[in-house]
Amino acid sequence: MTVPPDIEALRARLEKTRGREYWRSLESLTETAEFKEFLHREFPQNASEWLDPVGRRNFLKLMGASLALAGVSACTRQPTEELVPYVRQPEELVPGKPLFYATAMPMSGAGMGLLVESHEGRPTKIEGNPDHPSSRGATDLFAQASILTLYDPDRSQIITNLGEIRAFSAFTAAAQAAMSSQQGSQGAGTRILTETVASPTLAAQLDEFLVRFPSAKWVQWEPVGRHNAREGSRLAFGEYVDAQYAVEKATVILSLDADFLCTGGSGVRNARAFAARRRADGDHTQPNRLYAVESTATNTGTKADHRLPLRPSEVEPFARAVAAALGVAGVSAGELSEPARAWIGPLVTDLQAHRGQSLAIAGDGQPPAVHALAHAMNETLGNAGTTVLYTQTTEARPMNQLAALQELVGEMNAGTVDFLLTLGGNPVYTAPADLDFAAALGKVRLRAHLGLYEDETSALCHWHIPEAHYLEAWSDVRCDDGTVTIVQPLIAPLYNGKSAHEVIAALSERGERPGYELVREYWSRQTGLSTQAPPPPATAAPPAAVPPVSQPAPTGNTAGAAAGAQAAPERPPIAAAPVPQLSPFDREWRRWLHDGMVPNTAFAPRTATVLGAPAAPPSGGRPQGLEAVFRPDPSIYDGRFANNAWLQELPKSLTKLTWDNAALISPATAARLSLVSGDVVELRQGGRSVRIPVWLAPGQAGDTLTLHLGYGRTRAGRAGNGTGFNVNPLRTTAAPDMIAGVELVKTGDTYQLASTQDHWSLEGRNLVRVATTAQFAADPQFAAKEEHQPLPGISMYGDFKYDGYAWGMTIDQSVCTGCNSCVVACQAENNVPVVGKSQVLNGREMHWLRVDRYYTGDLENPETYHQPMPCQQCETAPCEVVCPVSATTHSTEGLNDMVYNRCVGTRYCSNNCPYKVRRFNFLLYQDWNTPTLWLQRNPDVTVRSRGVMEKCTYCVQRINHARVAAKLDDRQIRDGEVLTACQSACPTEAIVFGNINDPNSRVSRLKAHPLNYALLAELNTRPRTTYMAIVRNPNLELEPAAAAAEDER
Amino acid sequence: MAPSEHPHDQTTAAGERPWFRAAPPVLGPGHTFESVTEKISAIVMTRRTPVGWFLGFAIAFAFLMLLNVTIGHLLLTGIGIWGNNIPVGWAFDIINFVWWIGIGHAGTLISAILLLFRQQWRTSINRFAEAMTLFAVACAAMFPLLHTGRPWLAAYWLFPYPNTMNLWPQFRSPLIWDVFAVSTYFTVSLLFWYTGLVPDMATLRDRAKSRSAAVIFGVLSLGWRGSARHWQRYEMAYLLLAAISTPLVLSVHSVVSFDFAVSVLPGWHATIFPPYFVAGAIYSGFAMVMTLAVPLRKFYGLEDFITMRHIHNMTKVMLVTGMIVAYGYANEAFFAWYSANPYEQYMMANRMGGPYAVMYWSLIAINAVMIQLFWFRRVRDNVMLLFVLSLFVNVGMWLERFIIIVTSLHRDFLPSSWDMYAPTRWDFAMFTGTIGLFLSLFFLFIRFLPAIAMFEMRTLVEEETHELERPGMV
Repeated sequence: MTVPPDIEALRARLEKTRGREYWRSLESLTETAEFKEFLHREFPQNASEWLDPVGRRNFLKLMGASLALAGVSACTRQPTEELVPYVRQPEELVPGKPLFYATAMPMSGAGMGLLVESHEGRPTKIEGNPDHPSSRGATDLFAQASILTLYDPDRSQIITNLGEIRAFSAFTAAAQAAMSSQQGSQGAGTRILTETVASPTLAAQLDEFLVRFPSAKWVQWEPVGRHNAREGSRLAFGEYVDAQYAVEKATVILSLDADFLCTGGSGVRNARAFAARRRADGDHTQPNRLYAVESTATNTGTKADHRLPLRPSEVEPFARAVAAALGVAGVSAGELSEPARAWIGPLVTDLQAHRGQSLAIAGDGQPPAVHALAHAMNETLGNAGTTVLYTQTTEARPMNQLAALQELVGEMNAGTVDFLLTLGGNPVYTAPADLDFAAALGKVRLRAHLGLYEDETSALCHWHIPEAHYLEAWSDVRCDDGTVTIVQPLIAPLYNGKSAHEVIAALSERGERPGYELVREYWSRQTGLSTQAPPPPATAAPPAAVPPVSQPAPTGNTAGAAAGAQAAPERPPIAAAPVPQLSPFDREWRRWLHDGMVPNTAFAPRTATVLGAPAAPPSGGRPQGLEAVFRPDPSIYDGRFANNAWLQELPKSLTKLTWDNAALISPATAARLSLVSGDVVELRQGGRSVRIPVWLAPGQAGDTLTLHLGYGRTRAGRAGNGTGFNVNPLRTTAAPDMIAGVELVKTGDTYQLASTQDHWSLEGRNLVRVATTAQFAADPQFAAKEEHQPLPGISMYGDFKYDGYAWGMTIDQSVCTGCNSCVVACQAENNVPVVGKSQVLNGREMHWLRVDRYYTGDLENPETYHQPMPCQQCETAPCEVVCPVSATTHSTEGLNDMVYNRCVGTRYCSNNCPYKVRRFNFLLYQDWNTPTLWLQRNPDVTVRSRGVMEKCTYCVQRINHARVAAKLDDRQIRDGEVLTACQSACPTEAIVFGNINDPNSRVSRLKAHPLNYALLAELNTRPRTTYMAIVRNPNLELEPAAAAAEDER
Repeated sequence: MAPSEHPHDQTTAAGERPWFRAAPPVLGPGHTFESVTEKISAIVMTRRTPVGWFLGFAIAFAFLMLLNVTIGHLLLTGIGIWGNNIPVGWAFDIINFVWWIGIGHAGTLISAILLLFRQQWRTSINRFAEAMTLFAVACAAMFPLLHTGRPWLAAYWLFPYPNTMNLWPQFRSPLIWDVFAVSTYFTVSLLFWYTGLVPDMATLRDRAKSRSAAVIFGVLSLGWRGSARHWQRYEMAYLLLAAISTPLVLSVHSVVSFDFAVSVLPGWHATIFPPYFVAGAIYSGFAMVMTLAVPLRKFYGLEDFITMRHIHNMTKVMLVTGMIVAYGYANEAFFAWYSANPYEQYMMANRMGGPYAVMYWSLIAINAVMIQLFWFRRVRDNVMLLFVLSLFVNVGMWLERFIIIVTSLHRDFLPSSWDMYAPTRWDFAMFTGTIGLFLSLFFLFIRFLPAIAMFEMRTLVEEETHELERPGMV
């Protein structure tokens, strides 16, 4: 193309300016006529774009960037960037030393007490709060993964009205206008829709709001909440009460389709209590026994000594039969299937033999009647007051959410709702299909949505307000036993999010106020303490109440490793801190923040009397066709974590599926219907249908499908969109938990599901060693005897000497529930990347710690074992000798260190690893480009790049933190001072880590335990990670084989 | 050529039928010093390059370009473009490496060991067998480097070079032994090949018709004048190089087999591996020589130089080494059972009945069953059939490496980490690309260098003449 005549002039002009000035002069430059002309001629194809405003903007951006780059290439001088050190060093902040803050994660009407690790002001890792009753130092997987949601770049970032950017004041103005127009009708057209509220402050705010607008209504909707438990308690006691289980006191436990060890706000607490009587070093005087009756395999069911798969419709008759046999008044047994009948006698005998030490728990998915029956059983067995305590509800305002939502939708359809304010939640996606919430929403005149994401609901609302993550905003929450924790933020909102408190406050008479003030005000009112400080001395710094992150109180700046149980002794004593002139309230407040809970807020047990057994439902006989149960997804719950890539890629504990859900079906039923995993079927019921692939799940009850909620989202974000299948269309208000009469039609299509473990069987290998209590008593050495032990000292290369520490780990398989908390904790701690579904399909997932799942026995009701598999840190490690560049070497403390810088990626180490725990960066898996994700990374752990092998390090960074702390004090690292990330997250304390050179350490004592065995010991790898064999406690009456063996002996 | 037409047969046809037939000669009848030189050098110097050469080279070159594209993509994106995964950390990359290295074995065996054993039939095939070795090793050497995650570092970190950090390679790792074995092998093979070429370069220099050819060959011939002193030193050097190369024939593939034998993996951890690998290498190497020799003698009319004697001998070597390999398979299976080790037993059961069983049984069909055909003289005389069978042997040996590497890795100790391996198109692009590289180099070699050692063939003329005068046989 010919050079336009003015190009020379332009060039001269460009040359006159310095590279650095291009930025400023660009716009004026592009404004000139010559330049426009030049652009037109230079890029004729862009001429049309030039006129299109959107295209023009992109075009200018590109042009600007290329001009700027031209300047950069011409002039490599670094731009002047001023680095300013802290003018005044913030108290307690030492760069490189993490601080821990106590807070809590609210979820589905309960909170979990947490300690959050913060590096220079950015939260990086979540731990349980060791002092908190709901946590005791451990967490569930959702809490672990929530840190990624905080930094999710797909979270909504701006307030919008019909897609246009607006200020928060514009929203409050619009909302105030809508409200004031309803002053006359006392807010009759106003509805507030929230998730289950467990925040006392928010509940009080909403109550105030309802006082001001008495005709307005507050509706709560939680798609997988405890609606059955709630209604069950009302059925049994005539009022809403919470049942708190003292699992540690229960010797015989009957689970009626309840996954009480792994789900719900009490899951972590229950799991720890349950494990206390099963762990190798636990209390074995009277091991507990768990009977599980369930329609779909749950983690709790895998820990059961006896497990009975029953169709969903059979659970209630079973519960009735047990209740009848226990002598619950007014209950008569109905018809039962053969295996269930065989259970009743031994089960009832066992329960009755442990009156006051037994426990019946009904699952959240079971109808209220089963809950009522469980309450009645517990009362009849004398468990009330011992293993079951009744308290008021942790939910601030329990209500029949389904009925309330139904009523709300009715009003919306009737056109009587003028203003619907949705605070959190995603009802357009989660509401039962028969309500057609989306259509009803369209009839509301003003719709506003507060949410973390611009989701399906915000798409249909006029206003969308980004919600502050719980780590960004002040709040409070009740945990499962009623204990209140102040939710203190660790970082200012990344995207200017607002909390529900702030939104409600903005609609109140007093107007916009920071959440910090709102929460403090509520609690100063509650405690009656004054927030007025005595007049400060002139020299004291003014109390810096700078919202929103106002004076969070660190719990301790201990070593990163000390996050768990041992954090307590390291904490700076609060009273000793020289903080003069605090108000009476502040004195308390600071302690609450520091401890992570408000003292004496746990509910006192109350009495509740069972009014009577629930009436038997009309006997309709055995339902025809297939039955289906709806369950929250084990990884992404009800869909709220759909965009959390850690959870999406987390292999679900039993199916090991990632990135998708599937209709779980029992192998026998699948064989009858000639289905294999991955076959897409259409499920029809009540005129609704869903297309979903099936997945064969051993342990699933026959003729029963399990449908996991939360998938098939369309506006979840980049990670969550297009994953899995939405099963909500089959869910109705009439049957939100289980449906019968499902018609299954094969479509002939197949769908590729990415599972991380394709093999179910142990192939007859003695990798998992199991005995019953009787067998263990007869032969305590059974586990170690099972394999050939190589002679010591047969290695060519000689033994290592360890003068100082020698780190080791034990994993107790008896108590591992496979809950996956450790896997996510490891991912968060160690900057483990996510690889995506296609890479998982190719066997390239990166988890340093995986939980292997094996089945033995009958496919329809197998025994299931979980075997967490971190690096075994072998003494004579096969990986070390084969690395050509010494990139994996033996440390002086016995770790197999990975030297990422040195690794060239031959993968020989992985090939030679018998445990296959090494992970390779086949491609550039780590996200190097998203700034918010940089903030999440643990600065103590290298972020690995392409072409490098990686693996579990025993959290060597935590060891080193502890070493520094110990050296400063001139002492040895204490036992339990170093907690690996997996260990501290483990609800059942299955993972124990420590110094095996110290014979008194907990890990050494466990390694001396007869149940301790090394995996693949005959290879002479001498792993530092060893396993505790499983001891089951079966009822011999129900286990003929074991009974026969016992007799023989 | 029918057996009865052999001059050797004629000598015994009149007498009683011998219990064995005489071997065909190593050089066709009627050749003089002049005719040998003329015939071989004409390919390089005077004959018009045949159209077929251009066609073949173009195809080979296209695949070479494919290799370039693949390597470019590989370096930019990472080895994730291949199908390798965890647990199958090695797959096509190492399969191809071992396969090419194996092919590279025949050259040195023919050149060095047969020279030392004074097997004169080696003379007409040693030059291109050596060239084949070099090109195959060049193809092979690419993989250990490119299969790493970070080849730009592996390129020098695998070598012991002095550095301020005092970091050395890890000498316990068989991969380091590999680096030394392969680089030594390549260096010695190159020297050996080039030394052998020097007198012929001088011949070409002398016969060159263009100035540029004379200069090029003149430089390459290093001032060779053919004086007695030259010849005396040359023979000594050549013999010494042969003596140095001889242990390499055994060592290289033994070391390659250590990559597997030193590991703990069932299916790899076996003491039979070194001899079994060496035999397999010679087997596949001779198959490749056969694959190359048959078209070469056909298209360039070299039947007099690469005679049925060569073909027969190569077939016999393949038969012997193939039987050793088959013994290796039997041995692996036996010890898997005899070890009473469940992992070993499962490994063998998985090979025979697992998802890759088709490949295992194809391998057995080729390397244990098909080679039994080589017992038959009628098969050994059928050149076209031998060409096809040699291609099968190449495939069979590739399958052997696939079976050893992939089936051992994909199901090892813990069933939880079992997975399947499937190659991607880039795996095939890389593999066919190296074949393209190999053939491109080979086409260039036969066009620009004497594919048969002229001066050594001339020594045969003398002996052949004497031999024909004798009534007996060789």
